[in-house]
Amino acid sequence: MADQHPSPVVTNPWHHLRRYTDARIGLGRAGISLPTQQLLEFQLAHARARDAVHLPLDIDRLTGDLASLPGLTEPGEPVLLHSQAVDRFQYLQRPDLGRRLDDASRERLADRASANGADLALVVVDGLSSSAIQANVAPFLACFLDVLGQTEPDWRLAPLTVVQQGRVAIGDDIGQLLSARAVVVLIGERPGLSSPDSVGIYLTWNPKPGLTDASRNCISNVRPAGLSFDQASERLIYLLREAHRLGLSGVGLKDRTGEVVIDSSTNNKNFLTNDGQS
Amino acid sequence: MSSRYVYTLGPRTWRFRNLAELMAKATPARSGDRLAGVIADSAEERVVAQMCLAEVPLKRFLSEALIPYEDDEVTRLILDRHDPLAFQAVEHLTVGDFRNWLLSDLASSEALTGLRPGLTPEMVAAVSKLMRNQDLILVARKCRVETAFRNTIGRPGHLSTRLQPNHPTDDETGIAASILDGLLYGNGDAVIGINPATDNVAQAIKLMRLMDEVIQQYDIPTQSCVLTHVTNTLEAVEQGAPVDLVFQSIGGTQATNESFGFSLATLREAQDAALSLGRGTVGENVMYFETGQGSSLSANAHHGLDQQTCETRAYAVAREFSPLLVNTVVGFIGPEYLFDGKEIIRAGLEDHFCAKLLGVPMGCDICYTNHAEADQNDMDNLLTLLGVAGCTFIMGIPGSDDIMLNYQTTSFHDALYARRALDLRPAPEFEHWLERMGIFDDVRRHEPSAAIPPMFGRRLAALDGEVRRG
Repeated sequence: MADQHPSPVVTNPWHHLRRYTDARIGLGRAGISLPTQQLLEFQLAHARARDAVHLPLDIDRLTGDLASLPGLTEPGEPVLLHSQAVDRFQYLQRPDLGRRLDDASRERLADRASANGADLALVVVDGLSSSAIQANVAPFLACFLDVLGQTEPDWRLAPLTVVQQGRVAIGDDIGQLLSARAVVVLIGERPGLSSPDSVGIYLTWNPKPGLTDASRNCISNVRPAGLSFDQASERLIYLLREAHRLGLSGVGLKDRTGEVVIDSSTNNKNFLTNDGQS
Repeated sequence: MSSRYVYTLGPRTWRFRNLAELMAKATPARSGDRLAGVIADSAEERVVAQMCLAEVPLKRFLSEALIPYEDDEVTRLILDRHDPLAFQAVEHLTVGDFRNWLLSDLASSEALTGLRPGLTPEMVAAVSKLMRNQDLILVARKCRVETAFRNTIGRPGHLSTRLQPNHPTDDETGIAASILDGLLYGNGDAVIGINPATDNVAQAIKLMRLMDEVIQQYDIPTQSCVLTHVTNTLEAVEQGAPVDLVFQSIGGTQATNESFGFSLATLREAQDAALSLGRGTVGENVMYFETGQGSSLSANAHHGLDQQTCETRAYAVAREFSPLLVNTVVGFIGPEYLFDGKEIIRAGLEDHFCAKLLGVPMGCDICYTNHAEADQNDMDNLLTLLGVAGCTFIMGIPGSDDIMLNYQTTSFHDALYARRALDLRPAPEFEHWLERMGIFDDVRRHEPSAAIPPMFGRRLAALDGEVRRG
């Protein structure tokens, strides 16, 4: 029976190539425009990314999750800190303010600093994705602290800090106030459309204000669908031990755990031209 | 304080320290100028600065360099290349009168072409600050900038696209899938251009070969480019790689370009290397540049200038090397430089106007990040406005989602929207190819074929067979 109402949507016969890529290919078209379903899927992804940027960190929930972590040698509640950016609006326009602690935070931190310093300060920062921090920091730390406890049981940890409206470099300020030999910042990365929950990890040896990105090592895209917590922990431990051994971080410290040679396995070839091989 | 930039309005006298401060304070508001501390202190001060700037003679820009000649090779390039004969048509004008002249019927397409060597970026940036969005559109539309390599880019009534098949691990199958998707939606006439995930020479060469094989196998009248550092591309040429276009991000001050790791001499060397390969068939424009407001401030290399003036100076760098394509990546840098849709749209129109007036083949990466106050509707607005303004090319990416760079730019569908709504066509050679290959049923009505063309269908069938066997 002939369809009385032909579909206004033209599907693309190459749609199944989606199995090879996350790119939004083969979407089909209504006329030459996006079909309604694909339009709304995009809007949902954008809405989630926007929420990741703008929804504030649920501090109570986060501290609850962090309090139950085994392996945190320093007891007590995480220290709650705030940058000089008063709200998200200012934060987005003034990255310089997001790199500095406000006065109340500095006092709070001074009260908790140990006279003997620490080997490592862990700093949790909302950054550009509260969703990333909310969902992924506690499980990552559980994994990392477990590995750290086995490989470097003698390292002394500074009190865990949680910063709102912060940028990466705020860890330098915190690390110095806590007299930490190294600081590791866990921060919500700028959300992508299909990755609203990525955590970035930044290591700085001998932290002090005024350092640039050249002094840091970065592990990016840490989330269940990206770099796994196990892999990220392994790389961070490697970098930390190398930083301790060499007494530096940044461009002088190469991450050799991540050197993967891209091979041409069956899944990685240009099917548009590989005539002789298929 | 002895200042030449004084403006009296009723009982109040306003003073501006120098031309750079006057330009900055006259600039329509944007977050990057606020971050740099050069923005007008009030809305009133901004308009007074515009009134004061309107009275500045164009000649002043030849005697008062915003960044000293001795300190900056971009300033030297601008002033050394200035052509006094070409300048004669407007040398009697102030900035305000220059706006009137540009909008008048004295400024024909031919007159604007003849004027180019007589204009400096600072003159052009200054007049843009007095112009409304519709002025920027109307004058840009009169500018004719055509370039060519394997096809002809920038003819009136045409809108080209860069097919951008980026992939987070440079996976060849993934890249090929996005290339196929784009070609079948009629995209890719400006260039097929990949931002590599792994940025080194070996990877760049691999991607160059991939694209070159596709272009050759399907006889596509277009060019390829891997957007890697200019020194990587130079090395690729030495290693015999199939380099069509040389890419580089450029800025409007020497210090910005040093932070990017190149000098004008590097660009000259790379242009010569690409030309020596003789790969163009209908033209010899072998360079592809990207720019964007905020890059100089970001590199702490802005010398106290506002970001739009720095940006316009980058076009002097661009035009020195006769590029095939230049695009401003207008919303990529983030909300600390361009806060929201309104600022992004304004900047996109400014960049396009200033570049075209200087003779640069300007396209636009109409884009935003998820922490900017912008969305698809803002991009639709800017796309439509730039389409009317005669923008040379835009990006084309599957479903607007760049899964490698994590931002949103215009999609393959968006390009077809602009072509249909504004009756714009792809590059003529590419349009013939779309027809010849059976990719479009009707190229004039921008109607893609519902079926997959046989040549591509065979490749898909082969891939599917392989998967089943595997």
